[in-house]
Amino acid sequence: MTRAALLVLADGRFPAGGHAHSGGAEQAVAAGRITDAAGLAAYCRGRLHTAGLTSAALAAAACAGADPLRLDEAADARTPSPALRATARRLGRQLLRAARAAWPAAELDALAGARPRGVHQPVILGVAARAAGLGPADASYAAVYEAVSGPATATVRLLGLDPFEATAVLARLAPELDDVAARATTAGVRAAAGGRTDVDVLPAAGAPLLDIAAEEHAVRTARLFAS
Amino acid sequence: MARGVTDAAAAPTAEVRPPDGTRATGGVRAHARITAAPDARGGTALPELAGDGPIALRRVRAGAGEARVCLVGAMAGPLGGDRVRLDVRVEPGAALRVTSAAATLALPGTAGGPARYDVSLAVGDGAELHWLPEPLVSVRGSRLHVTYRIDLAPAARLVFREEQVLGRTGEPPGRLVSRLTVCSGGRPLLDQATDYGPGAPAWDGPAVLADNRATGQLLVAAPGFAATPAKPHVLATAQAALTPLPGPAALTTAVAPDALRLRTLLDEARTHTTAAYEAR
Repeated sequence: MTRAALLVLADGRFPAGGHAHSGGAEQAVAAGRITDAAGLAAYCRGRLHTAGLTSAALAAAACAGADPLRLDEAADARTPSPALRATARRLGRQLLRAARAAWPAAELDALAGARPRGVHQPVILGVAARAAGLGPADASYAAVYEAVSGPATATVRLLGLDPFEATAVLARLAPELDDVAARATTAGVRAAAGGRTDVDVLPAAGAPLLDIAAEEHAVRTARLFAS
Repeated sequence: MARGVTDAAAAPTAEVRPPDGTRATGGVRAHARITAAPDARGGTALPELAGDGPIALRRVRAGAGEARVCLVGAMAGPLGGDRVRLDVRVEPGAALRVTSAAATLALPGTAGGPARYDVSLAVGDGAELHWLPEPLVSVRGSRLHVTYRIDLAPAARLVFREEQVLGRTGEPPGRLVSRLTVCSGGRPLLDQATDYGPGAPAWDGPAVLADNRATGQLLVAAPGFAATPAKPHVLATAQAALTPLPGPAALTTAVAPDALRLRTLLDEARTHTTAAYEAR
């Protein structure tokens, strides 16, 4: 494997459409729940330990060889908000397109054929990591970092937050990113163990306000970010 | 009186032994069961109604075609390391409504691991279950793990309400970890885990509950949603949204400052799902 492939996959400039999404931060800012760096840190922590953990475990399981279509079903059940299901599928399609160009693989082609409307982005992330020669832990890291980097970058634009402060928020979260990535990797590898796919062992951590706010955001007329 | 679920001896009433004397050194292992089945007269019989430990079951006056059971507190609560389990089965064609006499209190203790409360609900084809207990209140210092496992046949009907209140008025909550896993026709429909209270990361932050101290869900499943899926609908800004699930069901997720407001939101959500629920 080449570890540098992880930098390519997790790079914010990787052309997979992530820059158009705020990870729910736009609605949280609009509702006054994020007003400063401390609010951003609390938001990122909450997202990391809920949606971030759940996504990372799906990515790790996909990378470890679990059935991606069953993981997609499990991701659906873990995403009660239809706005977030649509977002996850749209981001999945975009990531799949970029990944097929970057790391051509039969598995990626098969997924595109089996689900033309898209597969949840964390599942594609896991399969893409595998195609890039990376392992389940790498897939987890890419997913947990994305769970917090999206809101941090968006908040710089939404609040005019000092980019140094936003970056410091991410740096301080690093030990927790390690911790959540490790738990996600363990669960994902377990879900794929023995050539089976056991979705019940995958975390299902959710956050009520993320789901409610995603529905509010989806019907807003004026917005900077797609989610 | 509130039913109590506690993880260690706190109140003198916790010394009360269950009638069948199941308390062992590792704590109570209580396993209550309800089975509802169609009777010969178009109604629903209860061939099995077995309370155990802290769960006492009372049959209450039936409605049209429907059996009704009320969960009543039989003792203050199990002690450290206790596991309380409730299995409910509604056979094809039967109709059951389950309520509770009062809120369930998760109580603090001085020893033992977290208390566990595991509920399994199975609803057959053409069967109906209304699961409408009073809220679960996480009292300061308590530790409770709750799981709900729900298996729905493709043509099952379900109205499931879950309400969690984090702390009594003016007090911080205990730790309340829960998971709700629902399958419809063997396929995953909903899987949601939450972790609230001291020690849970960012549970009171802007992504999870913010300042709200009551949270709940109303899950309504019925074959009618297959033809007419629920429309996504924000019921109250920053408080409640009704959403179609990837299957014949609608989920309302709600947060509120208190239990009263939470109930108002979930009652309103129910009126929006009545038509699809009753479609035959």
